[in-house]
Amino acid sequence: MITIDAAGMHYKELNRLIREGIGKGIKKFFLENINGQYYIGDGIKGDDVVININGTPGNDIGAFMDGPTLIVNNNAQDNIGNTMNAGKIIIKGDAGDVVGYGMRGGRIYILGDAGYRVGIHMKGYNEQLPVIIIGGKVGSFFAEYMAGGIIVLLGLNDSDEFDGEYFASGMHGGTIYLRKKIDFSKYSKDVELYEADENDMIFLKKYLTEYADSFNIPYEEISGKPFYKIVPSSARPYAHLYTSA
Amino acid sequence: MFRIKNKFNAERDISGCGLCGIINAKKIKTNGSDIKKSISVEHDRGNGLGGGFAVYGNYPDYAELYAFHIMYDNLSAKADVEEYIKNNFIIEKEEPIPTFKTSKIYDHPYLHRYFIKPKSDRPDKLFHELGDDDFVVNSVMLINQNYDGAYVFSSGKNMGAFKGVGYPEDIADFYKLEEIEGYMWTAHNRFPTNTPGWWGGAHPFTLLDWSIVHNGEISSYGINKRYLEMYKYNLALKTDTEAITYILDLLIRRHKLPISLALTVLASPFYQKIDKMDGEKKELFTALRQIYGSALLNGPFAIVFGHSNGMVAMNDRIKLRPLVAAVMGDFTYVASEEAAIRAVCPSPDIVWSPKAGEPVIVEFEEKNIHQKGGLLGL
Repeated sequence: MITIDAAGMHYKELNRLIREGIGKGIKKFFLENINGQYYIGDGIKGDDVVININGTPGNDIGAFMDGPTLIVNNNAQDNIGNTMNAGKIIIKGDAGDVVGYGMRGGRIYILGDAGYRVGIHMKGYNEQLPVIIIGGKVGSFFAEYMAGGIIVLLGLNDSDEFDGEYFASGMHGGTIYLRKKIDFSKYSKDVELYEADENDMIFLKKYLTEYADSFNIPYEEISGKPFYKIVPSSARPYAHLYTSA
Repeated sequence: MFRIKNKFNAERDISGCGLCGIINAKKIKTNGSDIKKSISVEHDRGNGLGGGFAVYGNYPDYAELYAFHIMYDNLSAKADVEEYIKNNFIIEKEEPIPTFKTSKIYDHPYLHRYFIKPKSDRPDKLFHELGDDDFVVNSVMLINQNYDGAYVFSSGKNMGAFKGVGYPEDIADFYKLEEIEGYMWTAHNRFPTNTPGWWGGAHPFTLLDWSIVHNGEISSYGINKRYLEMYKYNLALKTDTEAITYILDLLIRRHKLPISLALTVLASPFYQKIDKMDGEKKELFTALRQIYGSALLNGPFAIVFGHSNGMVAMNDRIKLRPLVAAVMGDFTYVASEEAAIRAVCPSPDIVWSPKAGEPVIVEFEEKNIHQKGGLLGL
């Protein structure tokens, strides 16, 4: 275990200390007085490494990360988990724009709201299944061009507009689960809405339980309502954008 | 050789910059140390080729006079411009802008300031009946265009721009901002990618009391420029940010649009949104888009716009640049990154990300923050 006081520290130095620590076999990190340092945990490996972050981390935390767990006890900024491959990012506040861009594995759990363009270009392949769960609401361009993986939008704070505009446009793979029915008519014609069935709920239980445990909220509080799911109507929605069918 | 005039053959500049702003709604003044600290958190958003600040309330002793900040390449340019100023303005006071030589800012132009007001019997009165503001605008355009080696970078009342080539925290030290007090501050950290960094190209861009700091790229620059030229604005600096400043001057000062309406011209709702509005509101927004289509800003942007009555922060219509806002008592903070706010205000009352195209508007006296909206309470 190691505690790093990051007050006034540049991200280069901070990330060097983290990488050196992991190299020496340290499993638990506590980063104190973080404010704005970019690239925390980028590209690091180690399934049993846990990094606790106190303060507001800068952009691009957990990019290309491959195994460790990042716990952010405050809000986080933009580009969380960009192209992340494995591991877990837990945000106990709100997240900025472009969460999980091109994400290809691992989990991102957000207690509060997330910004614009969540899960854009997210993808999955065989056993690689990226999962994002958002507790609050999201901005526009949610799941744009989504190609694989799972996004769950809980809308726990029950605000009226929780799904933004241009929802799931260009989505052609993966599944979106919603804890609340949305006005589907205003959305992309690329996707279809269904009620989640028993199999869906069995599948989701593992992730929702882990989510609830991450934030110390009772699982029943999350699962108590019927869920809906959104899947793409085609794997190639733009196949004939420029050519005739 | 060091030159002020932008001779670079480029139509616009594309930037990935950092910005922040601090305003006290009750006009309680603070010195420049907070804004310096805030923008320095965004150090890595720039590359040392442009930093700058605008401050309001810093010249209370000369509050009725236009404060011209001018940069000169050489003393002959200074002599030429001063002759023009003497012929047309009453000069209450003039002096070099106080600077502190730091190792970081080693190559700078002559920086001079003038507290002036237009003469009532100035020569051009023979031909025009221009108001003082219009005459000042014309003079700024004239100097920036016709006087080689001179550039007016601030011309408002009881406000000033302080900018140059360097990281903003070094520019702050260079201009000794810790000794300057104001009730509203904006700051910018520049990352120019299409034109070289030069002193005049740093933000903020100002005209009269308007100041703009901007992160993004205005891809409608060509249309905006041609439109502004019809109203005798001269876009001498060849950067897109300059165009925003002049559009706001045109809409708010000359066409007398309320600020909130002028902002909906810059980031107009999409037609599909206008179609869903009802009655008068729909009519108004349709009319605005029709009349001011050429003033619409396209492309990604986040701006902080300062004026004598307050501050506005706004995104483009689909949020392609970051913007965070926070309120703590009478203070409102805006920045590209939340960390920049937390550096000077660790626990704000509220923190939020403004929605795309919906401005955060703060006015002095009565605090008036529109978290939702922008779209008028019609």
